Amino acid sequence: MLDKNGIAKRIAKEVKDGMYVNLGIGIPTLVANFIPEGVNVELQSENGILGMGPFPFEGEEDADLINAGKQTVTLLPGSSIFDSALSFGMIRAQKVHLTILGAMEVSENGDIANWKIPGKMVKGMGGAMDLVASAKNIIVAMQHVNKAGESKLLPKCDLPLTGIRCVKKIVTELAVLDVLPEGGFKLVERAPGVSVEDIRKATAGKLIVEGDVPEMVI
Amino acid sequence: MINKLVANAEEALKGIEDGMTIMMGGFGLCGIPENSITALIKKGTKNLTCISNNAGVDDFGLGLLLQTKQIKKMISSYVGENAEFERQMLSGELEVDLVPQGTLATRCMMAGYGIPFFPTPAGVGTEVAIGKQIINWKGRDYLMEEAFEADFAIVKAWKGDSAGNLIFRSTARNFNQPMSMGGKITIAEVEHLVPLGELVPDQIHTPGIYVHRIFQGSNYEKRIEQRTVRKK
Repeated sequence: MLDKNGIAKRIAKEVKDGMYVNLGIGIPTLVANFIPEGVNVELQSENGILGMGPFPFEGEEDADLINAGKQTVTLLPGSSIFDSALSFGMIRAQKVHLTILGAMEVSENGDIANWKIPGKMVKGMGGAMDLVASAKNIIVAMQHVNKAGESKLLPKCDLPLTGIRCVKKIVTELAVLDVLPEGGFKLVERAPGVSVEDIRKATAGKLIVEGDVPEMVI
Repeated sequence: MINKLVANAEEALKGIEDGMTIMMGGFGLCGIPENSITALIKKGTKNLTCISNNAGVDDFGLGLLLQTKQIKKMISSYVGENAEFERQMLSGELEVDLVPQGTLATRCMMAGYGIPFFPTPAGVGTEVAIGKQIINWKGRDYLMEEAFEADFAIVKAWKGDSAGNLIFRSTARNFNQPMSMGGKITIAEVEHLVPLGELVPDQIHTPGIYVHRIFQGSNYEKRIEQRTVRKK
């Protein structure tokens, strides 16, 4: 079974040289720590940065330079800054190749719910709806089951949707799964020490298992 | 050059009346028009509809205008950092219209481009689509979203001149730039008011034609919402 860093480390293998990548808050942010040397990517922050760098050194924080999570950040050499309309213009125009974000639920046809729980304080969708509606490739980083032990990989989402038929891949503490265009979660890899049966038990939606499923190498 | 210069925030806010719709620049607390918010509290204008990506925190930014109950409605994409906001929303005192962030920014920008509506895939198949026209173009569904019509836009820029030309700094550009183009009347407060001719025309972010009033701001706090650092 993977911890949060393990999930991030596995997702980092999906990040290829030359990609522009948008990372959501939480586990997706950790992915930046595991992108290998020699894989040149630029991180997009939807408040208006391409080429986002790490947190600043103590004492060098700049109130005018934050990321989409409102954290102080830095710029790498070659970065650029732009306004919020242009930022979502490049997202809508699919110039950003890969979006990695968290989710509360994903359905077997790729619908995602990650912004609202009825009866709880609603904070808003931020940029999530724009990102999932336009990204060519969306990878979801999440726990396989929720705190109540219920599967988050469902035949159909119960929570209000963020976007429809958009998720391509899911990485959880148990497995890597592809969401097939015709519907269904295809099991691609198992986390170390996790059996196909463990994954089956934790997956409420249609799970597709073909042949021997390899254990992931991270 | 046409002179847009006014003495201070009080003068800049003349004509803002109860019930008006106002765009407020900034993302989180980054790049918010601090002087104008303070002056708006002093002015006491009520029942405002605020178009702003966020709603500030309890004791800073738009949170201050919530404390004084001057806001009737917020049009925002993310409003999580404010206990008073939550209280007013749950009690029904405050109306909230949640809009996807890219749609929000674009609806501001379009007001400055003279484009009345635009199709976007953001929100298709979600509750955001309820009541909106959906058009299918080349096999894909889009929601029709309208340009905002705001009586005033209030933005914060880094540098500006008396002709109303603006340059923003770093990620404080955020919503300030599209909003600076989107108000029927745009008010800009700037950290540095510079003499005409000092701004390089090639580097201007918002041309002065969009800006009606500009003033030199003062005493900027520039509060950081999430101070994140690494060790040397």
